[in-house]
Amino acid sequence: MIVDLPSTTTSAVNHALIDIRERGGAVALGRVLTLVIVTDDSAQVEQSIDAANEASKEHPCRVVVLARGLKRAGTRLDAQIRVGGDAGASEVLVLRLYGPLADHGDSVLVPLLLPDCPVVAWWPGAAPAVPAEDPIGRLAQRRITDTAAASQPIKALESRRTSYTAGDTDLAWTRITPWRALLAAALDLPPHEDVETVTVTGAADNPSADLLAGWLRSRLHVPVRRRTSPPGGGISAAVLERRSGKVELVRPDGKVGTLRQPGQPERRVPLRRRPVRDCLAEELRRLDPDETYQAALQALTEVDGRRASPTKSPLTAQTRDVETRTDQ
Amino acid sequence: MAGWVNPLLDSRDKRLPRIAGPCGVVIFGVTGDLSRKKLMPAIYDLANRGLLPPGFALVGFARRDWADENFAELVHDAVRDHARTPFREEVWARLSEGVRFVPGSFDDDASFDDLAAVVADLDEQRGTGGNHAFYLAIPPATFPVVLKQLARTGLAARNSDQWRRVVIEKPFGHDLHSACELNEIVNDVFPEESVFRIDHYLGKETVQNILALRFANQLYEPIWNSNYVDHVQITMAEDIGLAGRAGYYDGIGAARDVIQNHLLQLLALTAMEEPLSFSPGSLRGEKIKALSAVKLAEPLDETTARGQYTAGWQGGTKVVGVLEEKGINPESTTETFAAITLNVDTRRWAGVPFFLRTGKRLGRRVTEVAVIFKRAPHLPFETTMTEELGQNALVIRIQPDEGVTIRFGSKVPGTAMEVRDVTMDFRYGTAFTESSPEAYERLLLDVLLGEPSLFPVNAEVELSWKILDPVLEHWAKQDRPEPYAAGTWGPPSADRMIAAAGRTWRRP
Repeated sequence: MIVDLPSTTTSAVNHALIDIRERGGAVALGRVLTLVIVTDDSAQVEQSIDAANEASKEHPCRVVVLARGLKRAGTRLDAQIRVGGDAGASEVLVLRLYGPLADHGDSVLVPLLLPDCPVVAWWPGAAPAVPAEDPIGRLAQRRITDTAAASQPIKALESRRTSYTAGDTDLAWTRITPWRALLAAALDLPPHEDVETVTVTGAADNPSADLLAGWLRSRLHVPVRRRTSPPGGGISAAVLERRSGKVELVRPDGKVGTLRQPGQPERRVPLRRRPVRDCLAEELRRLDPDETYQAALQALTEVDGRRASPTKSPLTAQTRDVETRTDQ
Repeated sequence: MAGWVNPLLDSRDKRLPRIAGPCGVVIFGVTGDLSRKKLMPAIYDLANRGLLPPGFALVGFARRDWADENFAELVHDAVRDHARTPFREEVWARLSEGVRFVPGSFDDDASFDDLAAVVADLDEQRGTGGNHAFYLAIPPATFPVVLKQLARTGLAARNSDQWRRVVIEKPFGHDLHSACELNEIVNDVFPEESVFRIDHYLGKETVQNILALRFANQLYEPIWNSNYVDHVQITMAEDIGLAGRAGYYDGIGAARDVIQNHLLQLLALTAMEEPLSFSPGSLRGEKIKALSAVKLAEPLDETTARGQYTAGWQGGTKVVGVLEEKGINPESTTETFAAITLNVDTRRWAGVPFFLRTGKRLGRRVTEVAVIFKRAPHLPFETTMTEELGQNALVIRIQPDEGVTIRFGSKVPGTAMEVRDVTMDFRYGTAFTESSPEAYERLLLDVLLGEPSLFPVNAEVELSWKILDPVLEHWAKQDRPEPYAAGTWGPPSADRMIAAAGRTWRRP
């Protein structure tokens, strides 16, 4: 069910929500968190809602979309409530903010947060320079950004590193969980030798490749080298050198990974790029600070051969849509 | 290597899933319902979630004239029809590379030699590293011959850095004596720590949640004892009849099929003391203590009930009685409904009866644990005000509609003070997930990881039989079970049984 409330106020929205609950029995009381999506009023609104609805099947939540419209317009709040089949296992409030109100999303948000439940803020596109100090970021226990979606990913990653606050997280980090799990499982097998050096290969502007390198550096404390592969390919390889030979996880085509290690046959493993909804569901699974991410971020400065802040070709920025942007 | 710690693992890194090490699963009885509807889909779902090791192998063994491709097709169809997660070609492609089939019968030495060769080959080609789980999805009568074959061909033997595990399904025997015998046969070939007995109830999220509810909260533990609890009802009701399982069920009956394993495990989780930690050892220790304290209420004539369903209307469909079901001996005295009364002889539970009931063709499909509390010792209301007030209850709904219900009194709106029962509901589906893993997914992964918490051990199985055996013997001396119409909540004797204790069954 979709209810439109043009030119409205938050108390009218709250009122409408209670009304809908009484009539339809759409219950908001069992929700475990409020997910706030902060975006511009563009195609990104619907894409993000789709991802949130998918993720809500695992984490029923209230989704509040703050879509910033034209700032030059007069102050106005347009609201839309979606429940039931139009909202997955969640209820979705789309709030379009116009005029000066666009800069005061937090004032609209406060009355619509669920009591007691944690608040998660997600910027699917451009994120504030310091998420924890953003007015909406300050209301949230957890702040999800996506450096891969930034116009200058490596610069964004740098700013995440210097401004890290407990509760920050990055979808570029979420995307590499399968890589990390496979590498960790590979080291479980004998011989249990120390890793001597590490190489991570991926596109120059790929923040996930940087984070993987940073994570390996933070865990292994050995020289970690970052190599560049052609743009757009995400991570293509991670190689851990040990005395007896290399532990190698390579993914040339972006779909199937091949794991090679001494004394074991070559193994192939599905390792496709993860869609945003999977990453979001993983993010919502834990709401406490992610110390491992923090360590990986901080170890970035110790990775060799990393481009500090590459210039990004404008062409790739335009041609990549949401699905292909999920470079890992 | 002892003392070696994987530098990439960190307990704070909670998003990193534990992937099982290199390994394979050999399933006996691949053409059965269990394999097709539960095991194979669970294996695919695990693969889809990235939890199976690269190079995982799945071997089927059955009396069919099949090649690997035919078996792969069976697995493919089973996955397509029953898997929980969406079908993805690239995941299936990797999984199917490791699918093998060995045709043969259990008493044929040659086919087990073939199986041993296939397994050795997989270690070579797929790098399963000599780690194999043997899943016996077959009738228990065939366990001895299969186990003997596994021992003969050296499949059960392992060297130090490998593992071999065996997975068995209920029934674990049909009384204490046969259970001990079965345990001996299994332990002859596989040491107890390599034996994984599947009670799929223990893989359910809601059952594991009993522990969270009791031990993670301040709210419930103080009242979880005989000072506040009046009695406990544990119900597992099915609406289906024997359809297709008559051959297995005849001679087994409801008590052996359900009470001995599922219901007594639920009782143990409800009644046990707080474990020192959640390590498998302390958890089992507490469950064993609880089961050791369980005593049957006597006399059995009055504290137990059993029945057989007769023809009737159930949920709008006309159904036949158990004695008219195909494959059942028309003279059968096998019960399709069983109820027993137990006491847990501990300080915590002194004087609190536990009523357990299960049956087929009952009112609806439901499994729940209901903790019924005593009435408030004093009510500062006139009796007319509280006529409609029942006892407070906390109900853990295991399936379907997983969650927790609390019943308590509330004022009826209006000028008069009138109190009536209302319910407060927690639903797993709304608070967490519609897509929580299936019990078999969790249990299979635990087998591959060697994580034994959710599997009952020898001692638990034997204690459960020790509790149930006197009832079975008592019933064996009686006439026929009492008939009850399909679609009702069991025979009148079940109501008489609980009424004699001054209580009534709740309608689940």
